Amino acid sequence: MNNVNKPFRKKDAMQLVTGKPVYMDDLAPKDCLIVKLLRSPHANAMVKSINTAVAKKVPGIEAIFTWEDVDQNGRRFTQAGQTYPEASPYDRLVIDRHVRFVGDVVAIVAGKDEKCVDKALKLIKVEYEVLDAVLDYHTAKDNPILVHPEDNWESLCPVGADNKRNLCAHEESGSGDIDAVLSKCDVVIDHVYHTKACQQAMMETFRTCCYIDLYGRLNVLSSTQIVFHARRHIANALHIPKSMIRVTKPRIGGGFGAKQTSVSLIYPAFVTWKTKKPSKIIFSREESQTASSPRHEMEIHLRLGATKDGIVKGIDMYTLSNTGAYGEHGPTTVGLSGHKSIPLYGKAEAFRFTYDVVYTNHMSAGAYRGYGATQGLFAVESAVNELAAKLHMDPFEIREKNIVKEGDIMPAYYGAPNTSCALDRCLKKVHDMISWDEKYPRKELGNGKVRAVGMGMAMQGSGISGMDVGSATLKLNEGGFYSLLIGAADMGTGCDTTLAQIAAEVLECDFDNITVYGADTDTSPYDSGSYASSTTYVTGKAVEKCALKLRAQICKLGAQMLNCEETAVEFDGKKVFVENDPSRSVSLEEVVTTSMNGHDVALEATETHSSPLSPPPYMVGAAEIELDTETGEVKLLDYAACVDCGTPINPNLTRVQAEGGILQGIGMTLTENVTYDAKGYPEENSLFQYKIPTRLDVGHIRVEFENSYEPNGPFGAKSIGEVVINTPLPAVSDAIYNAIGTRFYELPITPEQIAMAVEKQEN
Amino acid sequence: MQITITLNGTRVSAEIAPDTLLIDFVRSQGCYSVKRGCETSNCGLCTVFLDDKPVLSCSVLAARADGHKVTTLEGLQDEAAEFGAFIADQGAEQCGFCNPGFIMNALALFRENEYPTEEEIKEYLAGNLCRCSGYEGQLRGIQAFLAWKKGKETAE
Repeated sequence: MNNVNKPFRKKDAMQLVTGKPVYMDDLAPKDCLIVKLLRSPHANAMVKSINTAVAKKVPGIEAIFTWEDVDQNGRRFTQAGQTYPEASPYDRLVIDRHVRFVGDVVAIVAGKDEKCVDKALKLIKVEYEVLDAVLDYHTAKDNPILVHPEDNWESLCPVGADNKRNLCAHEESGSGDIDAVLSKCDVVIDHVYHTKACQQAMMETFRTCCYIDLYGRLNVLSSTQIVFHARRHIANALHIPKSMIRVTKPRIGGGFGAKQTSVSLIYPAFVTWKTKKPSKIIFSREESQTASSPRHEMEIHLRLGATKDGIVKGIDMYTLSNTGAYGEHGPTTVGLSGHKSIPLYGKAEAFRFTYDVVYTNHMSAGAYRGYGATQGLFAVESAVNELAAKLHMDPFEIREKNIVKEGDIMPAYYGAPNTSCALDRCLKKVHDMISWDEKYPRKELGNGKVRAVGMGMAMQGSGISGMDVGSATLKLNEGGFYSLLIGAADMGTGCDTTLAQIAAEVLECDFDNITVYGADTDTSPYDSGSYASSTTYVTGKAVEKCALKLRAQICKLGAQMLNCEETAVEFDGKKVFVENDPSRSVSLEEVVTTSMNGHDVALEATETHSSPLSPPPYMVGAAEIELDTETGEVKLLDYAACVDCGTPINPNLTRVQAEGGILQGIGMTLTENVTYDAKGYPEENSLFQYKIPTRLDVGHIRVEFENSYEPNGPFGAKSIGEVVINTPLPAVSDAIYNAIGTRFYELPITPEQIAMAVEKQEN
Repeated sequence: MQITITLNGTRVSAEIAPDTLLIDFVRSQGCYSVKRGCETSNCGLCTVFLDDKPVLSCSVLAARADGHKVTTLEGLQDEAAEFGAFIADQGAEQCGFCNPGFIMNALALFRENEYPTEEEIKEYLAGNLCRCSGYEGQLRGIQAFLAWKKGKETAE
């Protein structure tokens, strides 16, 4: 292969490293109104009265909107980037008189510059009727305090939601008699695992600008992963026709799922639609930390049963997920906590997976890389590590006895077959990479320092089976170069590049001979968007199909020019020739020139793809830490990982995806915390308090690949983007256990907790 | 108030509000490479040179730069492309949003310390956050660049 599995530079790389103006705020019209939001200081309150008269008099203020400007009985909407009808409930208004978390929107202020807008924000007088809030999600279900008491709350899908019970979703599923199986097990690990509402903390905060174009339509330029869903969100929120909206994306300064929710789009859209003037909103870091779309906080009660030989026989999981004040991605993230963790254990005879997703008066959760699987895998993999310790077995050995194999049917993965899997090889590889046998479980260094290792496995999906849609359009242009139009959103991951590599492979041309444009709701073919690890597997397959279709068109016109049947010619990327007389040929350039002159064969094709399967990528990771028993400090010395993502389309980009994802997982395990005070105020409101890892916080991250070949993916590819965040949680946690003999069931594990655990043991 | 700054080699005079931050001033002058990632001097995205020393432009008043030389990545395009190509060859630029600040600070490092060790690289760039890359690819890129530079110098 000349283009696939090659480490091409990203098509936009040199523009990015030289700092060219390619992001939303570099491109926004210079005369944009500045939009800012007045946010609620209360976790649950009704706006009794709001007076904007004085604020409106500040010179430069264009408009101030409050709940009085929004029909409170109008249809609600969701901001979740999901296929319609969305599983997430329609529970939002642009501005709601009922504010439901500290940071909920009370007023939209637009003015000519930041200064006047800041001044006006301070001059708006609001009188609140403060209500009791639901701040402990354990008490949310059937609590007399309702987060969404309103009657125009709506759930479009049968996900078990009931706003009169604070329920955003509920489900029970299973296979076999779990209680009978567990009662016969020699060992049952039974614990509750708790993970926090961690922030994606992409470097570019949420932002959008809007303007009215020459047709009077609302143009929205947003840092978003989901242009097509965003168009629906805005239409639903503003109650205007979808035909009046165009959404495009510039370069995106990181997403990680945060921008799979229309966090910032609605407000400037509302301002520009009302005023017909260009406007923009740029979230501050504080807003991005406190009024955005973080991971769902989850508490997972897991019972995992096994024989004394270490064969996992049954898994019983109950997940309680906190969706916060609004239900974005609530009913769907929770599913992955079970469906993308339990199937790793192929020998289990029974499983049960039950969940509740509850509303509380915290900020709404959303989509974050891993999407529930991260939380579920922390529980399941930690439990298996504990099982291994209890049975005095090696954690690698216990995995080898249990793991799902290629060709297995996975009952907990919707009964799907395991079409490609190199998990066994990943285990062997990581075992060697980290020199496990020398290092497991621990080594005393003296001076109170201990080195220890721990490991974990992971899986994810590749797109949402039977739902996600990817499309591609390819055009052949004058001179013989191709344009690839996509609706998938490159958010730094490099899909513009990898999708062009797939097209170039099929069209047998140079990679540089393909230009890429996306994503634009007016011109891109429909794509669900860049999420759910779908782009390479789903959109990539659409690109492959599209390129094959365009090849056929090229052959059709070439055959006409050669006066022969379409079936008698071949195309080698440079020329169309007669198969049994290759001396008769026309060049690609001649074909395209002819197409523009008195011919009716379109040298343009569009293809769409959806997959009934979501083949899991697999991964194994192992951490080596140095723990200071005096201070509780954990230094991550080395992280070794091996990924099976099928064929890596671009080995450089898959590697960096893995390295970046692993570090996010390490952050979630050791430093990234989200806490609320007694009144529901989020405490980690800046990068001072919310500690994402720096380059001093980790020794080395080493990644290798053991590739299976996924027959349903483009050139054997599966996904890479999400699976990579999952292994550090159980691996680092188990390394800490191996160092000090105390197990932690809640993340992050802080130095204070470790030092106190050591002290407790000593006493 | 009136200030005069030599911005990327060109004298720029402007009337500004006294509380204007340097980041907002240079962006208003078309230096869009300078990004804001936080408001708390944590992320390093807004790094520029003030008289050839790297500073966080979100934490410097534009007035402080009056009469001084300010350099952004717009003024270092050749160096940025030369070094940046090694980051690009790792795919480590990723979303790119942290790149200008990171590259400014890396160039400052190379000026102070021509061939830094891994430890020195990590320490000097500790204030440049990146959420995409896990830093490994950036480190590989820096080391490949230094090896290339050494090879070139030896050849000369």
